[in-house]
Amino acid sequence: MTTIESTDVLVIGSGFGGAIAAYHLAAGGARVVVLERGPWLTAEEFDHDFKLGSSYTRVFDFVVGDGMSLLGGNCVGGGSVVYFATMPRAPRFVFERMGSIGRRMWPASIDRDSLDPWYDRVAEALPVTQQSWEKVPYAGGLWAAACAHAGRTANPVPSAVDVDMCTNCNWMMAGCRFDAKRSLLLNYLPAALAHGAEIRPMHEVQHLSRTDGGGYRVHYRIVDDEDYRVLHGGGAIDAKIVVVAAGAGATPVILQRSEPTLGPMPAAVGRYFSGNGERLNTAILDEDRVREVLGLSRAGGLAYAANQIGRGPTVASWDKLDASLPEYERFSLEQLYFPPGLGTILAQVPDAAGPSWFGVEKKEMLRRWQSWLTIFIMSEDDNEGVFGPPPDTGNAVRLSQQMLGHGPLRYRPTANTRRGWALADAEIKDILERDGLARVAPWTNDLVGAYTVHPLASCRIGDDPATSALDDRHELRGHPGIFVTDGSAVPGGLTVNPALTIAALAERAMPGIVRAAQERGVAVRYGAPSPDGSTAGRRAVVPTA
Amino acid sequence: MQPGDTDGVRAKNLTIEAFADTIIPGEKRSPDDRAVAGAAPGGGAVAAGAVELLEQPGGGLAPALESLALGLNAHAQQYADERGVTLDGDVPAFVALPFAERTALVQRLTAPDHPERPMWVGLALFSNMAFDSAAHMNTVEAFESAHPGLLAIGYFPPNAKGLFEFDEFSYGYPLSPIHPQTTPMGDPA
Repeated sequence: MTTIESTDVLVIGSGFGGAIAAYHLAAGGARVVVLERGPWLTAEEFDHDFKLGSSYTRVFDFVVGDGMSLLGGNCVGGGSVVYFATMPRAPRFVFERMGSIGRRMWPASIDRDSLDPWYDRVAEALPVTQQSWEKVPYAGGLWAAACAHAGRTANPVPSAVDVDMCTNCNWMMAGCRFDAKRSLLLNYLPAALAHGAEIRPMHEVQHLSRTDGGGYRVHYRIVDDEDYRVLHGGGAIDAKIVVVAAGAGATPVILQRSEPTLGPMPAAVGRYFSGNGERLNTAILDEDRVREVLGLSRAGGLAYAANQIGRGPTVASWDKLDASLPEYERFSLEQLYFPPGLGTILAQVPDAAGPSWFGVEKKEMLRRWQSWLTIFIMSEDDNEGVFGPPPDTGNAVRLSQQMLGHGPLRYRPTANTRRGWALADAEIKDILERDGLARVAPWTNDLVGAYTVHPLASCRIGDDPATSALDDRHELRGHPGIFVTDGSAVPGGLTVNPALTIAALAERAMPGIVRAAQERGVAVRYGAPSPDGSTAGRRAVVPTA
Repeated sequence: MQPGDTDGVRAKNLTIEAFADTIIPGEKRSPDDRAVAGAAPGGGAVAAGAVELLEQPGGGLAPALESLALGLNAHAQQYADERGVTLDGDVPAFVALPFAERTALVQRLTAPDHPERPMWVGLALFSNMAFDSAAHMNTVEAFESAHPGLLAIGYFPPNAKGLFEFDEFSYGYPLSPIHPQTTPMGDPA
């Protein structure tokens, strides 16, 4: 008979939601085990290499659903390892959104003011820093200049990249080999380890069951190091508290699969999924017009031709983040880098005479790839994603040995979502086609549906039990002792990059989770400083012993 | 034909090549090249290594390539029959289609309402990846062998360390007024 291990707190996933929980609970004295289904890589293992099997296919996950495809992290550090580290706070109006339920969808206890101190903590921990125009890469500068030319504004966006260490290689999606990107591998996770937390990579949690003592048993399988389609033996660990932070594409799947052993889940588990209203447009710049109209030039006499250079998104236009506009008409427009390989097939030829995403005209468009500028729309969608029955294991039926699989999410954008996209497409076209600067087309949704790099809301917090799976302390309704702290807990689209908000909500949930652990007999205290020992960011937050 | 090749393997390879060439077209490798239609100058997905990438065991499509080729040729024959076109029997049906007809058939197979769309989109995705990222090769080696796709998109080559690092990266001065309600930390209000 297999021996069942036990711990105080079992954390599923090691992205923002998991790492922050692991740190605070371990620092407070609890025994913490983190199960992460992906590999544990460090800087020197992050490759600049497109070959299948290099770090980008090991740490990235691309799950094709029915009408929506998700991109996310699959490694120790989760999304923080593959993300572009763009870290704005969500605008004030976001917290007042009604969404699809006709009333405020955030808990009454949370608004921008109440979340700001928690944002401060995360900003101190990573850290997040304000960016200067002097170090904005060409693509961001071009977007800013085009916005200004069209009478708009544009901002360098706060970032968790240490710009002085950055080589502007644009390989962030494969992990940062220079440690310039301040992923969780550099702050919360090493601090959690220093306090005795244990992180086990290649451990994929499949389901939960109950133990006699009112705790939970977490059942996992070991994922093969190279071929993720292959699962080896498994095991189980008992815990008094479980923190589920597998990501918005996986957390609801694990909970759904646990229904036969845990009992019924709240109706909102696996519903109200939001793709953060995301959509991309690609512009092909006319280099001569960039020089003539915007007056831009760079080394070598070029005007732009620098799609490859930079560090993901660095400049955003926030003109439509206007609280006076109706819901579903507000969005940000952010310059983005998308590497070759995965995304270029979805980019469409503007005004194509033949097929828009393949063929002769597409090849011509690809030849001008260095003159592409990709603009990222983050808008207000309608939380219309629903997860179907879970696959046998994991959150997808894996097609490739790494990265690519088919998942159970179904997404049919409503008229509200589609209208927001259309307004944003038109705004981008107005800015970038002005005076012949560029030709622009949105990416097609016909191949893999809509797509998001910021899956949210599939197991969300709220005050209404009918439309939220978690209470405002992130506890799963009807299953005391299970908490969810990842992107699935965010109630809806944020109109900006969500990582800082996910992390701030996780920080905010920690005092309550520590209290729940205490009530279950765990000797743990709340009150750890920032992972490097700093305390400035926590002074505004009332500590609870 | 290489020793050990069978007609079935040859038919499969020709068919998959013709599909990849429809996604990213290229110039013919020889005057009698049938799979590559020659619809665009320079190397296309086939020269970029689409078949090599699709045959990688880790990609997931390798075991399905034979049935994909059979399915594609059945669709091509049906497409030709609908139009009263007689295909020459020397090559598989899809290969026998002119480039414009291959294109029209791929549009039909990848349309949102086609029941087989996911598998044809998958085949297209890998064909495209071979061209724009050489995903079957180390990127450094791809540059050493003058990979036609990476060269075509103008991807800057790696430095002597095999890495991508750019000392020159910024115009270096403010290029837009910022939003009037930006917070002192640089966030949206």
